[in-house]
Amino acid sequence: MKGSDVTVSNVSKSFGGFTALKDVSLEIKKGEFYSLLGPSGCGKTTLLRAIAGFEDPDSGTILIDGSDVSGLSPDKRHCNTVFQSYALFPHLTVFENVAFPLRIKKTPTRLIKELVMKHLSLVQLEGHAEKKPSQLSGGQKQRVAIARALINEPSVLLLDEPLSALDAKLRQHMLMELDSIHDKVGITFIYVTHDQQEALSVSDRIAVMNAGLVLQVGSPQQIYENPATEFVARFIGETNIFRGKVLSRKGTLNVIEVESFGQLLVDDETPVEVGDTIVVTIRPEKIRISNDEPSGDELNAVRGVVEEPVYSGFQTKYIVRVEGGGRLTTFRQHANWSEGIPDIEWKDEVFLSFSARDLVIVEKSPG
Amino acid sequence: MKRNLGPAYVAPQALWLTIFFAAPLLIIVAYSFLRKGLYGGVETSFSIQAWADIANPTLLKVTLKTLWVSLAATIIIILLALPCGYSIARSKNQALRLFLVIVPFWTNFLVRIYAWISILGNEGFVNQALRFLGLKAEGFQFLYNQGAVVFVLVYMYLPYAILPLFSTIDKFDFTLLEAARDLGSTRMQSYTKVMLPNIKGGVITAVLFTFIPIFGAYAVPLLIGGKDSYMLGNVIADQLTKTRNWPLASAISMSMTLLTAIAVFLFAFKKPKEQQAVKDIDPLSLPNGKTIGFFHRGPGQGKKKPSGKGVA
Repeated sequence: MKGSDVTVSNVSKSFGGFTALKDVSLEIKKGEFYSLLGPSGCGKTTLLRAIAGFEDPDSGTILIDGSDVSGLSPDKRHCNTVFQSYALFPHLTVFENVAFPLRIKKTPTRLIKELVMKHLSLVQLEGHAEKKPSQLSGGQKQRVAIARALINEPSVLLLDEPLSALDAKLRQHMLMELDSIHDKVGITFIYVTHDQQEALSVSDRIAVMNAGLVLQVGSPQQIYENPATEFVARFIGETNIFRGKVLSRKGTLNVIEVESFGQLLVDDETPVEVGDTIVVTIRPEKIRISNDEPSGDELNAVRGVVEEPVYSGFQTKYIVRVEGGGRLTTFRQHANWSEGIPDIEWKDEVFLSFSARDLVIVEKSPG
Repeated sequence: MKRNLGPAYVAPQALWLTIFFAAPLLIIVAYSFLRKGLYGGVETSFSIQAWADIANPTLLKVTLKTLWVSLAATIIIILLALPCGYSIARSKNQALRLFLVIVPFWTNFLVRIYAWISILGNEGFVNQALRFLGLKAEGFQFLYNQGAVVFVLVYMYLPYAILPLFSTIDKFDFTLLEAARDLGSTRMQSYTKVMLPNIKGGVITAVLFTFIPIFGAYAVPLLIGGKDSYMLGNVIADQLTKTRNWPLASAISMSMTLLTAIAVFLFAFKKPKEQQAVKDIDPLSLPNGKTIGFFHRGPGQGKKKPSGKGVA
């Protein structure tokens, strides 16, 4: 497989009094599509810039393909960056923008033409070679930036929120295109984003960051289904959070007491002690909503009133106030004609039921 | 229907230019074609004697020297002003630094020249200090030579270059420098291959703002220079006040104006080759190389922030 592995060990960086990275360690495999995900100011861009060579870490080392790159300037590193603002050279044509790295290297003119046209066709811009960047649309500029970053055949491509300047529709499209470019060139992609949807849909693995720390590294499924902390659970997708005290534990099955919900059954392997305070989470789509009292083997069931139905075509989101006073969010898919009509309406009395196995313990503190 | 009052709005400006620019210029042109008066002034009879007198070797020598001094001073100024403008543009307290650049303008031009005389003169501050320290009793002769003229000219006109360069560099997107570095260029290459072409407009403005006034310099060579530092401005003044040959003074002035105008035209309005090429290939391409000074906005210099975090 092409590409390089990137190893980040104990990297810290602060700007004045602000700590951007706190002892961050990551291992990125060859050819991986690896996302750094987190809210703005979480340190993800600083980490990317440290890998690219634009920031010097205060401590720690970065290895690209096994060799330490500390102190190497960006032009000496075998990685290239796609900038958030594209950073195309306005005085050069599309062709010359893409050819820039080759001209610096004094590549023979004939080879330049061949390589540039090959990369322009990779991003489907063959017909725009002689245009200036100012004549291109946002999506086209983005493609030029990608072609330009790939022409040096780097072993790692760094992408700094490359889609954030595009509108929502185009962003989806470009994301799929990025994915297919990744498949074609096969090199390591490190992708910085604050958008959890983007990260979930294309990444092989995701590192969720907040306040300079890496909170969890895992595949999109692991991150979504088994968030490691309350922050990760809240940041990725929508979720319901309960904070409660463990009353009893038998095997992996816990009974917890949650204020304004009552008692809940939680089936989770995380070892907890009776008396611990734990935080558990459940995704809204795992809560069933119905007009009739649920029957069957659902282990948790609560009664409530629909406070806010939010219809969005393929699904309806219900915010339900339960008897104890707490609020739960649930999704209901409209999969076929019989489920297409939101027959549950505002102020309806409903039943919510969910399995003990779908509740995940994300935090625990003794006592 | 509304009447188009366009021409009326221009009238004050036109009147101003006619009285204070066009008319004096025409008077000078007219004087250059009249016969020289005995004690200065002119006689009202046509003559091309003044234009014939221009072609003399002494004047040619002074012209060449003036060109040389102006070019040297302009090049030094641009080389100094580029890093200055860059550092001001990238600094956090731009206002303070710009203020410091502008402060000297609060002092009269002549007073600033005399200030240099009192610093570098034979009995000036530097020589007195050297004498006091017992280093060089007889002192240095800093002034009254070509080098001193260039030095003071550079000092005088440096702000005129810093300001336009600052304003163009301030609009420059510094991410482009990072992109250049990322794509394999050295620090120097990132400045010469990416920044310089994008701030070309500012450089042209800075050159015009400094070269033109220096080409017509009069006070600096007079006060700072020696016998061999005469520039065209001094020759004109001498013709006017000492030799009292007004037609010749007018003819020299007009030639200078013409020379400058031609130079500016060639320098500032020349279309860069590669832009022409793009235009030939793509009829949609706009000629965005309006390169003349003050209003220049090179391609992409209107900084556009990536907008819209949008929904996923």
